[in-house]
Amino acid sequence: MAQKTEAPKKNVEPLRVDPSFKYEVMKEHDGETLKICFQCGSCTSSCPTARFSDSYRPRTILRLAQLGFRQKVLQSPTLWLCTACFTCTDRCPQDVEVASVLRVLRNLAIKKGQIPRIFTELASNIYETGYVYKIPEMRLRKRAELGLPPLPKSSVDKVDRLIELAHGSKLIKSKEEAQ
Amino acid sequence: MSELRYLFFLGCTIPYRVTNYEISARKVFAKLGIQLVEMSDFNCCGLPVDPASHEMMLALAARNLCLAEQQGLNIITLCTGCAVTLRKVNKVLKEDKEIKNRINGYLSEVGMEFKGTIEAKHFIHAFKEDLGFDKIKESIQKPLTGLKVAEHCGCHLLRPTGISGWDDPEDPVVLKGLIELTGAECLDYMDEAECCGYTIIAIDDKVALQLTREKLQHIKMAGAQALITVCPSCHLMFDMQQSRIERMFNEQFELPVLHFPQLLGLAMGFSPDELALKELRVNPSKILEAMKTA
Repeated sequence: MAQKTEAPKKNVEPLRVDPSFKYEVMKEHDGETLKICFQCGSCTSSCPTARFSDSYRPRTILRLAQLGFRQKVLQSPTLWLCTACFTCTDRCPQDVEVASVLRVLRNLAIKKGQIPRIFTELASNIYETGYVYKIPEMRLRKRAELGLPPLPKSSVDKVDRLIELAHGSKLIKSKEEAQ
Repeated sequence: MSELRYLFFLGCTIPYRVTNYEISARKVFAKLGIQLVEMSDFNCCGLPVDPASHEMMLALAARNLCLAEQQGLNIITLCTGCAVTLRKVNKVLKEDKEIKNRINGYLSEVGMEFKGTIEAKHFIHAFKEDLGFDKIKESIQKPLTGLKVAEHCGCHLLRPTGISGWDDPEDPVVLKGLIELTGAECLDYMDEAECCGYTIIAIDDKVALQLTREKLQHIKMAGAQALITVCPSCHLMFDMQQSRIERMFNEQFELPVLHFPQLLGLAMGFSPDELALKELRVNPSKILEAMKTA
């Protein structure tokens, strides 16, 4: 007699799936190829981070995005573990721009307000100085001692205008925060 | 022969932390007859903020490209990240009219326009395509015979292939060939083209440092006396972070990490001081001694 089997676990809550999510991703520059991923797993098996992380799996992220698990994808802390080494993109037999699709997902997460602190730091440094790091005065003086030409001052007003036009203001610390 | 003249895009990491790379590169370029024109005004290439805002990256990179167009010079970089970013954006803006028009809309507000008239290259790429191996061969005065090293190209020198494409990302040969011109032997090791982990060190330093550690293990296993890099960020991982990795994993590497221009400079006859070797965190005196006795 057949054994009585347990009822299957409910693991999909239909209301949390948003079928339009993939189109949102595909609309972005370099996000178009999400639709042609056929889940072979070349990306995950090539991924240096995946070898040392228990949770970061590029293939899984792409599948979740295709299926429309918007929250799960955008709120996932592992989304930020891509090193942008582009090995996945290079090895994808289906020509999916894997690393770029993952970048689109990170950009969308930022738009929804999930901003890892480091990016506010970096963007604010650029806004303030033109450079991604605040280069200490001591370093600049040392350049002269070493016989190196002075580091030019970026035209910060122009850089800032571009950042604002490119919708980057959200990443910039307010004056109070910067104190 | 036409003069090799480039606009020098220094980037942010080098003046912030890796000055010895710049010092050695300037010496070596001058010796090879490569003329560097200083950029009087530039900003971050844009790469560090790409994960957060692609649009901001495009705008920042485009401004740098416009500055080069105004001077009518091709860009040369020491940083693989700057090179891949400027190359990518240059390609995108040249090929995608819609994006070009949008970015030019921003640029017009600061009195600029992207036209698509210049190229950007990492110096290894320029050595291969513009300078040629023969010129480098001729410059060698003290061959580093007997020295065994390994190379780390860095992801962005090689990938994505659509942007790089001048070397094989699975089995890179250009930097290796250049190293062998110095007389040193360049050893193969496991997972040579793999990532150093730099880009995620601020997100998860454990994962990042494990990537670096594994590479250091493979390089030591191959029997290399030094590692040669061509990117300030990769260098920070292998050199500056090396002692931290040693403490973290209770392992010893003591592997000197030289910028390629430092290695080439030694073979050209420059002194270690002229190439700012004393600024390296991992003391390179072991290999300098070995070179004296060779």
